[in-house]
Amino acid sequence: MASYIFNRVLAGLLTIWAASVISFITIQLPPGDYVTSYIANLQAQGTMISTQEADALRQQYGLDQPIYVQYFKWSTQMLQGNFGMAMEFNRPVREVIGDRMTLTIIVSFAAVLFIWVVALPIGIYSAVRQYSIGDYFFTFISFIGIAVPNFMLALVVLYVGYKYMNLESIGGLFSLDMALEPWGYTKIMDLIRHLPLPAVILGLAGMAEVVRILRANLLDELRQPYVVTARAKGLSETRVILKYPVRAALNPFASTIGYIFPFIVSGSIIVSLVLSLPTVGPLLFRSLIAQDLFLAGTILLLLAVLTVVGTLVSDLILMWIDPRIRHGMEGGR
Amino acid sequence: MAEAIDTLRGQTSQPQTQPPQRNAQAERAAADRLSVATQWQLMWWRFRKHKLAMLAAVIVAFFYTVVLFADFFAYAQPSESDAQLSLLTPQPIRWFDGDEFRPHVYGISGKRDPRTLRRVYAPDPENKISVTFFTEGYEYKLFGLIPTNRHLLGLDGARPEEAMFLMGTDLQGRDLFSRLMIATRTSLTIGLVGVALSLFLGILLGGISGLYGGLVDNVIQRIIEILRSIPTIPLWMALAAAMPSQWPITRIYFFITLIIALIGWTTLARVVRGRFLSLREEDFVTAAELAGASKLRIIFRHMVPSFLSHIIAATTLALPAMIIAETSLSFLGLGLRAPAVSWGVLLQQASNIQAVASTPWLLLPAAPVIVAVLAFNFLGDGLRDAADPYG
Repeated sequence: MASYIFNRVLAGLLTIWAASVISFITIQLPPGDYVTSYIANLQAQGTMISTQEADALRQQYGLDQPIYVQYFKWSTQMLQGNFGMAMEFNRPVREVIGDRMTLTIIVSFAAVLFIWVVALPIGIYSAVRQYSIGDYFFTFISFIGIAVPNFMLALVVLYVGYKYMNLESIGGLFSLDMALEPWGYTKIMDLIRHLPLPAVILGLAGMAEVVRILRANLLDELRQPYVVTARAKGLSETRVILKYPVRAALNPFASTIGYIFPFIVSGSIIVSLVLSLPTVGPLLFRSLIAQDLFLAGTILLLLAVLTVVGTLVSDLILMWIDPRIRHGMEGGR
Repeated sequence: MAEAIDTLRGQTSQPQTQPPQRNAQAERAAADRLSVATQWQLMWWRFRKHKLAMLAAVIVAFFYTVVLFADFFAYAQPSESDAQLSLLTPQPIRWFDGDEFRPHVYGISGKRDPRTLRRVYAPDPENKISVTFFTEGYEYKLFGLIPTNRHLLGLDGARPEEAMFLMGTDLQGRDLFSRLMIATRTSLTIGLVGVALSLFLGILLGGISGLYGGLVDNVIQRIIEILRSIPTIPLWMALAAAMPSQWPITRIYFFITLIIALIGWTTLARVVRGRFLSLREEDFVTAAELAGASKLRIIFRHMVPSFLSHIIAATTLALPAMIIAETSLSFLGLGLRAPAVSWGVLLQQASNIQAVASTPWLLLPAAPVIVAVLAFNFLGDGLRDAADPYG
């Protein structure tokens, strides 16, 4: 078991390293660099900047060195917890990202929580009452969840909320007067009140998929002879269903979450742009447009770290709930 | 195989009321038919039973008809703008005038708002403009080759200031319906090109991975894992933002498909690899090997035909993701940009709450996206089920 965990962690680290290289190269792709777009900006405002000043700026940010040197410097600094300067804001990246990264994590986990809490009862219901009206209804919802890209869902929710419920400030994660307050009990309660909407929008597609898989698995399990045995010996229907079949159908449940997690994180970026959530989404968008190297690179990398950790956690949960995997590891086959 | 024929026979057998003798005869006939049917025939028979997938196939066919004849379905130049006609509400076609069949739309008359002194346009029920079919309109080239000016709908003999806007107009006063037709062409072909690129990469790398195994397989599988664990939208955003804004549309179009295919190939590669791995052990492959067939011949003559149907199904299922990817990127303003027209570009106008609240018809382009994605999903599901006639 320990060696399995070790292998998974090692693979995760490898992925993170690869992601850091990919992020860095991607950020370097556009012609010119931050200084070029900075100068263009200044010129648009009527300020000229001399070549010497531009060179000095480049030197300050280390943009004059070859790419592998820049990557090496960036990654070693990163390991020491120094993410560099966000050029556009002229503040350390860590300060600019800080709260927004936390909120991204909170929103993503809220979506996973939504999937878990909602998909389990719906999946069980749809399998036990196969082809009932409720089953068809949930199947319909599932197809909507799969077919509608979540940013579109966000748009429609905005429209409905504005048109029919007269919600002026739909979207966001805090009430207007709360956004700038320091963290405290009231602010956390405010956040919890605002969380369901983005969590549902983000989680709907994932929920649909998990329900589909759980339903299929449970249907397979319910046809097994042991279910007939359980019924024959007079167990209550709830026990017949919950005790073994649901337990056995749960395994893919955990592994699917791991597979869905990258989609949730990635979806949160575009949804937070539509719903104007104070997560890293809008910040990433801005930094990409401004070619803010360190900021965009750090966000890309942290998002990759987030998904790798999320997947790892789901693997561990899978191991915890599935004795076959757990003991298979120990026996070393 | 015998089992499968039994199940199929069970489905094709006659109702119970028939005399037993004829029943047995019909069964034998059905079995004969099955045993001589080609793989594609079996697939088709099975696919036909899947009602939802059949419906989806019709819808997909309809979408690609629009793709082929986009200019024919459009009736106004998609880039023709008139600031005065900005943000007009949709004008539905009214099919009957009294009892008489005479398709028409209400004309639009401008009045000056007494308070703001702005010109406001409103439909005028008094002014009926008849709509005609197969009318001459703006010039275009059918399939990019045949110059013509026929359009499905048009206003024949209308005065120049008379126009129809079936889905209203956007901020620049451009006709949304005509733009939607052109956008359908762009978005669906991007999906196709993206899928073709993914397919090429997927078959190549998945094939190598499955065929050679060992170290090569390991490396390719790790690469796929890494690519899949990086959140796609941020990566796409970063790659798309790297395209200089002064690039011509065609080049941006090509790179967008490339960016989308960069992630898309991994799914297809996994399908191909899995198929190669399982087929490698099959008897008929061993037989071909023993008969002295070359490696290439084994792959293309014996292995590929036996999983081609699976590839087609997987490809269909990969299309919706491509469409959504392009739409999302263009919606963010990082994908295709004006003057290109795609579903995402159209939806960009509906990206904030003010626009959505005051001009809800700008959300209409969301409908074809949803319908197309659903149709491709159902079609793919049906094809996947049908691809395994013995399964």
